[in-house]
Amino acid sequence: MSEVEQVHFTEQRLAEIDALVKKYPSARSALLPVLHMAQEDFGYLPMHVQQLVADTLGLRLMIVREVVTFYTMFREHETGKYRLEVCTNAGCMLNGADELVQHITKSLGINVGETTSDGMFTVTEVECAGACAGAPVVQINNEYHEKVDASYMDAFITKVSSSEEGGQV
Amino acid sequence: MISSDPKQVKAICFDRIHLEGQTGLEVARKNGAYKFLPTVLKDFDSDHIVDEVKKSGLRGRGGAGFPTGLKWSFVPRNTGKPTYLLCNADEGEPGTFKDRDIMRFDPHLLIEGMIMAGFALGVKDAYIYIRGEFLHEANVMDAAIDEAYAANLLGENILGTDFSMNLTVHRGAGAYICGEETALIESLEGRPGRPRFKPPFPAVEGFYRCPTVVNNVETLATVPAILEFGGDWHAEIGVPNNTGMKIFSVSGHVNKPGNYEVPMGTSLKVLIEEYCGGLQHGTVPKVIIPGGSSTPWLTAEHYDTPLTYDAMMKAGSMLGSGAIIVMDETADLIALTRRLAHFYAHESCGQCTPCREGTGWLERTMNRVEAGQGCKKDVEVLNDAAEHMAGRTICALADGASAPILSLLKHFPEIVEERLMENAE
Ligand SMILES: Cc1cc2nc3c(=O)[nH]c(=O)nc-3n(C[C@H](O)[C@H](O)[C@H](O)COP(=O)(O)O)c2cc1C
Ligand code: SF4
Ligand code: FES
Repeated sequence: MSEVEQVHFTEQRLAEIDALVKKYPSARSALLPVLHMAQEDFGYLPMHVQQLVADTLGLRLMIVREVVTFYTMFREHETGKYRLEVCTNAGCMLNGADELVQHITKSLGINVGETTSDGMFTVTEVECAGACAGAPVVQINNEYHEKVDASYMDAFITKVSSSEEGGQV
Repeated sequence: MISSDPKQVKAICFDRIHLEGQTGLEVARKNGAYKFLPTVLKDFDSDHIVDEVKKSGLRGRGGAGFPTGLKWSFVPRNTGKPTYLLCNADEGEPGTFKDRDIMRFDPHLLIEGMIMAGFALGVKDAYIYIRGEFLHEANVMDAAIDEAYAANLLGENILGTDFSMNLTVHRGAGAYICGEETALIESLEGRPGRPRFKPPFPAVEGFYRCPTVVNNVETLATVPAILEFGGDWHAEIGVPNNTGMKIFSVSGHVNKPGNYEVPMGTSLKVLIEEYCGGLQHGTVPKVIIPGGSSTPWLTAEHYDTPLTYDAMMKAGSMLGSGAIIVMDETADLIALTRRLAHFYAHESCGQCTPCREGTGWLERTMNRVEAGQGCKKDVEVLNDAAEHMAGRTICALADGASAPILSLLKHFPEIVEERLMENAE
């Protein structure tokens, strides 16, 4: 038996991809959107998922890899269940983003780029989120949280941690 | 409602964004969306539209300020190839957050602008390239586009005319460089976003080597008003050569950060004091970055500069995307410059040596200077590296990377010196 994991897109996904490909002059244009879909379905993009995307669009694996590694939103490794992405670019930095990062990493006991041992939280610093009026901005799993301060993050972390313990998300 | 008297115009792109339910087609139509579209599709022709946009004086709102009508007139006709329209909604320039508000609050305005532009250019397939992080905005746009298709505002034979156009939202995936128009095209072709050498310009050879127009969200959202009220009307707003309204995204040390749409030519000081509630500390800013992080810094002496492409150029900077980052006396300029150096090093696509190596040098040197481990020679290193990058690369990212460094050294040599002296002691 091969050790390689077999993964598939659902029928519904394949239908969506078929429709998507038709919107472009060439199937290759659908690569970024399909990688977004794959990441949504499988959580991240390990090699066998990249192979699946390559096979689905009829592209060579190398082409898919080149794209996955170029774009920061594509993740090749598993992260925590909650990705806390703090913008520390100019507008956010001028409004306390660095202090916020320090507070979050200290209270979770990890460094930037790391995941808590229970697999719940990953903290990263990201570039300008295009929402500087709401500085500091934290993106949590693709959702924007604006004018975030230490107590907001404390409350968020407490809330999701306790609901996980209670067995619900 | 936009006033037909140019002197009375309060907003163009933001005219309807505060209205409740504006993202839905029914409400948007009640508020005037697509009202003038039938007239454009039935009574206007391509030349007339391009002429009106030329007359309007509209300049691209994405950063470069290139005249929109002129750009459209460069598209060759009858090449036998399709012409594509791409909306640049990548909005990655640090400090910029205006296109997001147009898309999430008034998506139909952008769609209407794209239908009109597409009609003028003979486009069959148009795309909105939106930064990947704007998932909510992409969903709002998608929902609005679905409604527009259902109402025959998109798709085959729009409103019973011969004109047919498709519109697709395409999400990027976190790469600032994809805001550069040729990198955007590469990305839309399913490749890493590495800018192409110009010429050929996209108008002649763009998406899949076909004629392609790339315009910013705000630029396209201005088109419906120009066609309804006329190019001359638009040219009366603002000041000559810098016409119309402009959205400024103001962030940093102001009391009321946000987007403000004002007539071109309004002064920086008026915008900050009257619209943004002034500074958080003190009365005079220490640094103003007027057009996004890639534009040279201004200091207190230029506080009165009018917000126009020309006046900003004269003051030694650029209007850019209209992203104004304000710093009061509390700002740590060395830390800020180090942070921006990191940004450019991270975002360089790496294909030009001066940019790839230069941005790395700048970041490492700034790290050293900030940590108090720098030496006198580092000032020279920074100056040399920054000067050798600018203007020697395929795209303007390298110029943007050198702007903060050169600005810091030019306006605040004493701050850098002081940090280096601390180390020497
Ligand atoms: C590094 C770099 C990043 C850019 N980012 C953007 C962007 O996010 N949005 C945008 O509209 N234009 C951006 N531009 C400018 C585009 O290349 C192009 O000039 C613009 O989209 C044209 O549209 P306009 O004429 O309507 O302004 C960027 C340019 C460079 C060099
Ligand atoms: S200047 Fe920098 S970002 Fe632009 S093409 Fe060259 S290496 Fe890439
Ligand atoms: S600097 Fe943080 S959102 Fe722009």
